[in-house]
Amino acid sequence: MTALTARVPAGHYRFRHVARMEWIKLRSLRSTWWTLVIAAAGAIGIGVTVGINTRNAGGDLTNNALAGIVPSLLLMGVLGALAVTSEYSSGMIRTTLSAAPRRPLLLAAKAAVFGAVAVTVGEAASFIAFFAGGATLRHGIPAPTLTQPGVLRAVLLSGASFGLIGLLGLGLGAIVRHSGAAIAVVIGGVYVLPTLVSQVARGLGGYMPIDIIGNSLTTTKPELCPAHADYCPHFLSAWAGLGLLGLYAAAALTAGGWLLARRDA
Amino acid sequence: MIEVRELTKRYGSTLAVDNLSFDLRPGTVTGFLGANGSGKSTTMRLIVGLDRPDAGNVRIGGQRFRDLRWPLREVGSLLEAKSFHPGRSARGHLTALAASNAIPRHRVDEVLDLVGLASAAGRRAGKFSLGMAQRLGIAAALLGDPPVLLMDEPVNGLDPAGVHWIRDLLTSQAAQGRVVFVSSHLISEMALMANRLVVIGQGRLLADTTVAEMSAGAPSLEAAFLAMTDASAQYRAASPAPASRKEGSS
Repeated sequence: MTALTARVPAGHYRFRHVARMEWIKLRSLRSTWWTLVIAAAGAIGIGVTVGINTRNAGGDLTNNALAGIVPSLLLMGVLGALAVTSEYSSGMIRTTLSAAPRRPLLLAAKAAVFGAVAVTVGEAASFIAFFAGGATLRHGIPAPTLTQPGVLRAVLLSGASFGLIGLLGLGLGAIVRHSGAAIAVVIGGVYVLPTLVSQVARGLGGYMPIDIIGNSLTTTKPELCPAHADYCPHFLSAWAGLGLLGLYAAAALTAGGWLLARRDA
Repeated sequence: MIEVRELTKRYGSTLAVDNLSFDLRPGTVTGFLGANGSGKSTTMRLIVGLDRPDAGNVRIGGQRFRDLRWPLREVGSLLEAKSFHPGRSARGHLTALAASNAIPRHRVDEVLDLVGLASAAGRRAGKFSLGMAQRLGIAAALLGDPPVLLMDEPVNGLDPAGVHWIRDLLTSQAAQGRVVFVSSHLISEMALMANRLVVIGQGRLLADTTVAEMSAGAPSLEAAFLAMTDASAQYRAASPAPASRKEGSS
């Protein structure tokens, strides 16, 4: 064995090796590409449809063009969850951990690769939706431009939200591990629960992931209450919203990583 | 050298592995024998760190599995045949694994060739038969050309030619000085392949011996195994006629 072990090269596997593995794993599945294409196409399609139907030049035209972001994020959350849970449902996790047994490093690499892909697709979808949504405006309404106040920020943060919701899903997937249950938790936690929360405790409405994206990240200025509203939720600023969303994703990933390191695989 | 020391693992109230200790030496095929549910697979999982032991430890060349510098280049393992994503091709699966341990790309084609999957390398692995899935698992284990091979039931699903092939492969790997640890419930297979045997029952060590020693004094290795494991069967105390079971199965 000593003769054979001598052939093992110096050094040790590192983050970049595991990240490379995760990148090859992600790109070698057709379902990854289909889901990303549908998410981007959905975001762009909805932006175009809203652009065509816009009659009020006084509204937040950037927010209109980005109206497809929130629905598309559902797919990113699910894709993120499946990036982890499919390892368990297929048995791939055994092979993955035999190649990279340092589990927190593995989850970090998986999150980095998936997050980078999700942000890239998200930014592309947001910019295309913004320009396409603007170009399809009718009734003599001028298209918004990136130089107007808050516009570039709204488009950039919309793209970033793909990454953050994707990572939130990935973290939840690492916590739940079972595909069906993880998808239920992602949809329930990101879409259903916030609706319930904003009904029961309206003050918390602005702190829910989807509300942050819809009201803070995809807008050129923070949402305001309608005049004479009997109650007004607290809407976060774009940067505060981004920070809170990042905290949600980080909390899910930390909990997922903690559990991954302690549980039997 | 692999050292398993006082390994204990519980799942709920079930004691799957009970204070198990043995060594695995280079240059030898060690067979891992035990009845269904005796703890073989759990022991394999504990060796490669998939599960955490409740007590005891495993050292591979003095190190814990999770501290190995290049895990795939140091230990090749086949735990269950279907340990891959069904939507990925055999080549994609192995290419990803190779990247994780900086294994050169040409090695992927080498092992695909070696296990006879070269012509099926681009197909989705989910469409593979059990025999092909097993071969893909073996390819993954061999990918890093490791000095240690751990295989849980590698002959499952293989046709007679495949069984012959894996036997030759594992004996030649051992002859090159590697640690080879193979579980099987096919005693006849073990008699042909292994030099040493680790036998467990109810998670406890029953024998750490050689094939020759174990067969001595019994009509066959199978008879020796059945006599040994029958003595540890958990329902023996409750069963009024353990002797009849022994007759019926030998």
